[in-house]
Amino acid sequence: MLDASSHKFDRLPDTPGVGYKPQHFSDIMEAPGSVGWLEIHAENYMGAGGRPLAQLRHLAERFAFSVHGVGLSIGGEGPLDPDHLARLKHLVSWLNPASFSEHLAWSTHESAFLNDLLPLPYTEATLTRVADHIDQVQEVVGRRMLLENPSSYLAFAESTLAETEFLREVARRTGCGLLLDVNNVFISATNLGSDPISYINAFPLDLVGEIHLAGHDEDEDDHGALLLIDSHGREVAEPVWALYEHVIRKSGPLPSLIEWDNDVPDWAVLEAEAARAARVMETVAS
Amino acid sequence: MIVDQTEFRSAILDPEAARPEGLTDGAGRPAGRRFDVYRNNVAVSLTEALETAFPVIRALVGEANFKLLAGAFLRAHPPASPLMMFYGDAMPEFLANFGPTQTMGYMPDVARLELMIRESYHAEDSTAVDPADLQALAPDALMASKIWLAPSLRLLRSDWPVFSIWRFNTEDGAPKPQMAAEDVLIARPDMDPAPHLLPPGGGAFIAALQSGDTFGAAFEAATNANDSFDLGKMLALLIETNSMTKIGD
Repeated sequence: MLDASSHKFDRLPDTPGVGYKPQHFSDIMEAPGSVGWLEIHAENYMGAGGRPLAQLRHLAERFAFSVHGVGLSIGGEGPLDPDHLARLKHLVSWLNPASFSEHLAWSTHESAFLNDLLPLPYTEATLTRVADHIDQVQEVVGRRMLLENPSSYLAFAESTLAETEFLREVARRTGCGLLLDVNNVFISATNLGSDPISYINAFPLDLVGEIHLAGHDEDEDDHGALLLIDSHGREVAEPVWALYEHVIRKSGPLPSLIEWDNDVPDWAVLEAEAARAARVMETVAS
Repeated sequence: MIVDQTEFRSAILDPEAARPEGLTDGAGRPAGRRFDVYRNNVAVSLTEALETAFPVIRALVGEANFKLLAGAFLRAHPPASPLMMFYGDAMPEFLANFGPTQTMGYMPDVARLELMIRESYHAEDSTAVDPADLQALAPDALMASKIWLAPSLRLLRSDWPVFSIWRFNTEDGAPKPQMAAEDVLIARPDMDPAPHLLPPGGGAFIAALQSGDTFGAAFEAATNANDSFDLGKMLALLIETNSMTKIGD
């Protein structure tokens, strides 16, 4: 277990950030607007050189960075991939980001990586496994990590713990922080018929080091019930903005990321979403 | 009812398989097609990764056929690592044995060319030698020297007109490929790798340098392969693409 206090200066600014896309490089350098920091998916920057790393070197002179892993499979039944852990350690040591985060999910099993964030049952067995893996990650990477809440399309009959209880207990056992994805909260609550406000009220907001906001798509299940899909391909939905405001009222300003990974828009559209997050934080503060 | 990840994984990769039991909609009813969101995410995201990796293979077979091909590939060869930038290295072998592409003998080499371009893009950076250092060497000294090539440099020697096929499918107005063996150099002068058709003997020359031969031995290998080998032209290409990183013993 790492002592969280040893990294209290490694913080993202309490402003909006965006998920970095290479096509926005020049715009970000020239007109960042309300965007104060950038997030990258760790796995896209694990090559040996070339343009991806060259762009990061330039950007890191001006912006704080969040390294967000999407492939570590922290919830996997098998052991963590030591090669991948070593690559993460290398990237984090090289870039020295203000924050490092990963997901409460699994993606690799028996050496096949499925490139999606797959769900976990909330049981004592899962809790022990996830906590052990996070201990290992923090040990190898050498810093505290944030763990992100998932978006759920289904539930496990075997689950015995609420997601908020599960996350709180993982954080207590490992000393990790949490990344609160407000869009995921809204998606899961809609899909599983629970109340997103109650979820936020049960969430340990004092452990949150970063917030995610993103757009979702609409589908339906076998019974015609609304099924929201975590698509990251459009503007943040209005009820998600409302939920975000509820969070900020309780927590105060927090580093808040706009994630837009598919059908990536022009910089102006993305920056406008970031500006809206800034306005929410200003409105709540005044 | 416990759903383990072996069962979950198998059901994701096989759309015909029964969905795991023990998954619900939150109200206790079976999850049903909610499970298919994961099936769809996995298939779509891996297909997109393959579309990004193999734009020319996609152009050659057409968009709809590529989706079928990608679907078969991702089930036979799910990624072995979370680095999507390197996903698809089994594609050449797969195309050689996949029913619909089996008779298209050039396909594996086209896929190899696309893989090499991507490897080059992500390869380690390097600094080119000053061409003046090369010119300053007396001919005998040059022949006895070794040349270090950039980490981003790749050589593809093909029995097929692989460069011409690649160009025909990426450049407007490029000439129609004619049957010929072609050797291709993939070089990255700065950040953007590009393939170059090597002159006769050029493949033998680069292969010899890659194996650590001296400049003289590489020149001999090239001339043996083709007696019209043009060393001046070969060197001009290597200089212009920043492909030589060190000259020495």
